[in-house]
Amino acid sequence: MLIQFFTPNPLFLNIYNVFLDWKQVVLGFTYILGTWSLIRYHTRKIQRKQENWQYSYVALTGLVMTVGAAAIWKTATGPYPWLFDYVQVPMQSTMFSLLAFFVASASYRAFRARTLHATLLLVAGCIVMLGRVPIGSYIAGDIFGVHISLVEISDWILNVPNLAAKRGIMIGVGLGMTATAIKIVLGIEQTYLGKTD
Amino acid sequence: MVAGAVAALTPRSVGASTAPQPKVSDTPNDWGTCLTITWTPAPAADSVSGYEIWRATAEGSGAAPEPMPSQGWEKIKQVAATDTSLVDSGLRHGQRYAYTVVAIAPGGRAASSPTQPLAPKRQWIIRDRVNILISVLAFVLTVLALVEWARRGAKLFIRRIAGLEAVEEAVGRATEMGRPILYVPGLDPMDEVATVAAVDILGQVAKKAGEYETKLVVPNRDPIVMAVAQQVVRESYSAVGKPHLYREENIFYVTYSQFGFAAAVAGIMLRERPAANFFIGHFYAEALVLAETGNTTGAIQIAGTDSDAQLPFFITSCDYTLIGEELYAGAVYLSRQPLMLGALKSQDYAKVLLIAAMIGGVVLSAVNPELALKIRAFFR
Repeated sequence: MLIQFFTPNPLFLNIYNVFLDWKQVVLGFTYILGTWSLIRYHTRKIQRKQENWQYSYVALTGLVMTVGAAAIWKTATGPYPWLFDYVQVPMQSTMFSLLAFFVASASYRAFRARTLHATLLLVAGCIVMLGRVPIGSYIAGDIFGVHISLVEISDWILNVPNLAAKRGIMIGVGLGMTATAIKIVLGIEQTYLGKTD
Repeated sequence: MVAGAVAALTPRSVGASTAPQPKVSDTPNDWGTCLTITWTPAPAADSVSGYEIWRATAEGSGAAPEPMPSQGWEKIKQVAATDTSLVDSGLRHGQRYAYTVVAIAPGGRAASSPTQPLAPKRQWIIRDRVNILISVLAFVLTVLALVEWARRGAKLFIRRIAGLEAVEEAVGRATEMGRPILYVPGLDPMDEVATVAAVDILGQVAKKAGEYETKLVVPNRDPIVMAVAQQVVRESYSAVGKPHLYREENIFYVTYSQFGFAAAVAGIMLRERPAANFFIGHFYAEALVLAETGNTTGAIQIAGTDSDAQLPFFITSCDYTLIGEELYAGAVYLSRQPLMLGALKSQDYAKVLLIAAMIGGVVLSAVNPELALKIRAFFR
């Protein structure tokens, strides 16, 4: 798997592709595992009459209806695409749109200028936000004889301190991933196999 | 079909200036199945509309002015007038090939002289990646050396990580309040390193939960991660002598849908009111939905991710956040296994090396820019 990255020899590429094909096969079986887990979780909840057990009927009915619609009418026409387009997609969109409110509440908490760091964040955040909207380009002035607009300051914040911090994090992540991968390859790391000591 | 092709190849010269001058060279970094043909573009005045590239084996190549199928030539592609190169793939290793390029213009066609026959060569190593290979080998050797050092009993210093120090506090708080612990191992599948790290930390959190006899809930987006998490939690409970506390139904699959998963986990947080929430692994846009919902329930929240786009959200909404590499250090930090510490320490040495390389690069760029550019070109 690793060698194929460094050599054009098709033998290693073929081995790599065989592993990828098998991964797809395994992935198919894992959905059976997931569905079984889902069914067991909700049937157990109904049997034990746990709190809000009635909703488990909704979950199981949804599962049976979706699978049944795909099995009877196939996936291209009939109720299956309707369920996808008019039930699943709107619900996902609803959850996604909630992000706007969560961003507002999180921003309010982060931007309260109670410490020096929070104040810096507030100032930088305001400059970047104003620099991203049309009015930002009209806010400009001369500083020490140099004409600077808010858009330029916003771009500088994003491209210099922000990018430097991001790259620092990404270098650390890259090294961490490599070290973990080496530990797995060498057998030092085995927790993912269930070994905890 | 063949007759039609021959008819289309009737020579109609449009002047010597239009005829391209092709060159053929071996395509680098392949297994001897490709050749690269380059040619000089025709002058704009000739209004060339495109080029035909013809190929023949060295033995069968005929003479200019027009390549003919009957002479062993085969048209492999017609390209736009703006193109000046083509990689011919799927060739036979050891076989020599000649090429000719025909310029097509409104006034007619002009064929180049055939190129010198050339056979594609095999390369064992992709040259562009030699620098990566050297870096990886150096890093592997560093890891092995430090693991061996740790095995021999060397004391390795690891800086304090507040988020990991707080794990005990979070589990203890959940125990005191008689509420469960929620652990979300990210949204990525098991073949992502961040998920492996998340499962590693889960093992340590499960040990603490087992010791304190506190319920641990682990919703999963991926069935394989669920199976691995079940095994890890079971082993952790056994390791602390509490195998009877393990409940398979607490580590379950929810859905593969990103926001369906977020909705389900948010529902668990609002219904079961866990006292401690762990969001460890790789997250996407749902990160803020999870963290903000958890924040409203008053739970102590510890997050850790290598996703730089989600880090600000976690930092804002969680009590502690493991930033980037701290995620990968988590399990080692908590378990303090000497061998793992060695591997962790190698990251620090690699970072020191990288920082030194960056400072060195800046200094060298100022002192000797040409040498700096040469070194940079090698590492590209």
